Amino acid sequence: MDQPIVQIRELSKVYRHGDIEVVALNSVSLDIGRGEFVALMGPSGSGKSTLLHIIAGIDRPTAGRCVVEGTEVGDLSETELAAWRKQHVGFVFQTFNLIPVLTAFENVELPLLLTGLSARERRDHVEAALELVGVADRMKHLPRQLSGGQEQRVAIARALVTDPTLLVADEPTGNLDAHSAADVLVLLQTLNRAAGKTVIMVTHDPKAAAYARRMVHLEKGELLNEK
Amino acid sequence: MAIPLKYNLRNLRVRWRATIATALGIALTVAVFVMVMALARGLKATYVNTGDARNLLVMRKGSTAESSSQIERSKVLLFKYYDEIARNERGDPVASPEIIVLIQLDRLDGGNANILVRGIGPIGFELRPNVKLIEGRLFQPGLAECIVSRKISERFAHCRVGETFRAGKRTWRVTGIFDATKTTYESEIWTDADEVREAFSRSFYGSVLLRPKDAAAGAALIQRLEANKELFVRVLPESEYYKEQTKNAGPIQFMGGFLAVIMSIGAAFAAMNTMYASVGARTREIGTLRVLGFRRRDIYLSFLLESVLLALVGGALGCLASLPINGMATGTMSWTTFSEVAFEFRITGELLAKGLAFAVVMGVLGGLLPARVAARKPVLDALRSV
Repeated sequence: MDQPIVQIRELSKVYRHGDIEVVALNSVSLDIGRGEFVALMGPSGSGKSTLLHIIAGIDRPTAGRCVVEGTEVGDLSETELAAWRKQHVGFVFQTFNLIPVLTAFENVELPLLLTGLSARERRDHVEAALELVGVADRMKHLPRQLSGGQEQRVAIARALVTDPTLLVADEPTGNLDAHSAADVLVLLQTLNRAAGKTVIMVTHDPKAAAYARRMVHLEKGELLNEK
Repeated sequence: MAIPLKYNLRNLRVRWRATIATALGIALTVAVFVMVMALARGLKATYVNTGDARNLLVMRKGSTAESSSQIERSKVLLFKYYDEIARNERGDPVASPEIIVLIQLDRLDGGNANILVRGIGPIGFELRPNVKLIEGRLFQPGLAECIVSRKISERFAHCRVGETFRAGKRTWRVTGIFDATKTTYESEIWTDADEVREAFSRSFYGSVLLRPKDAAAGAALIQRLEANKELFVRVLPESEYYKEQTKNAGPIQFMGGFLAVIMSIGAAFAAMNTMYASVGARTREIGTLRVLGFRRRDIYLSFLLESVLLALVGGALGCLASLPINGMATGTMSWTTFSEVAFEFRITGELLAKGLAFAVVMGVLGGLLPARVAARKPVLDALRSV
């Protein structure tokens, strides 16, 4: 494997609720290489989402290191993190999280507004991304006018449009029927295989995880042996 | 602007009930503000319009209003023929000794009010070319006749041509109606000066309005008259005198400003409430935007802007609501002459802009805290909110 794109060393995360401490991650070490499709698996409360959030720069570790493409994510300030996320992370949510008042096109365009691209360039990028995920014909629709599967495709287009280092998905099929779920997973697989995207996906569903090239299991905040 | 404006506009539209309710509160405040200021401006404009810069007004030293000034007849004769004073075609000096008395008249819609009666001479009309007789004829001295302004004939009883009313020792007959639009003369009754003195037992005139030959003569005349210890007079351009009277609009302006400020506090809180609700309902969207790379500052500005947009909708509605009173005529009590002054509400573009600016201030005040709350939400907590 080349220099790993994600290097995690002895990473711990402890949540405090008053006097009670909850250990979400306990000294986890993990490398993810460029172009991998990794499924983070485990039951509820295993710490898989926490790990994903730390890799994506929306949560901070209590101890240990998480280096993504040479950057120690935990060291960045709030503002630096925001700038880092827009460049390096495309996030796909379980609940899609499209902005309800914006059309599919406008939702995908949102992250591009933070770049210096012209309106024309933005349009080209958005159209290409929507084309890639197969919902180009729905670009003028509002989220509520789309099916769940279509919404998640738009959300994936939004995650892709800035061409980020990592495509990060948190239970992307959790709110979809079996058919749509399979479509979305095939899409992620295609993006990984054909476009070389590095994909990290959290799931508790073995069927979903089967689409990944590599499965990483967590339980009670600790890494189990890989399959 | 990182987060597009359409995001805010569409959210305002989606939550239209709250938007309209809040906007109406702001609209009401802006409407009150614009109307009261229009009233004050109309009143000021009426005073400013009245004075003619070419005329000089002579009053007793120490008087601030014509109604409290007294100049004896003998003293008027001392300066009436000064060289600096212009002459008309007949060779008479253009100087009009005048006297003002207050009478009470019944309003057509009930109640009564103090009205100024101005006793003038024939020269008085020459000095005020903008006053025009529009009905009937001029009064004849010695017959207890008078002419009344159009506004008074419309608003008060017994003031139409041919009608009579009792005042002082006389019963006065109205022989004509004059138009003195947008000046304070629009709130007066005119008759012969000497007849007024007799009917109201005054041995003196109140003031003398005169026209100097030119500006240089005017300056010289002011010096000459004021230097004369025997006359004991104060001389000032008529336009300046009326400008001084604009302080009558002060109390109205103050009351209006006070009322608007009190109302704006309520309206700003309403905007704040609406924005808090909006932030609460959109917490997950805020989290999503942050994950996409938008900074806290972007979120803050976006919500602040939304509050300002909301207030601007209200401001625009308020301005629209106030427009119909533009040009509407009304009357108020003057605090210097204690008589009724008729005037028109005046709404200008500048005043509307001020109304909108006032709305923006309410929007900013209402939006500051909710926008701060929105910007400070931790990303993960925001994402987890339902």
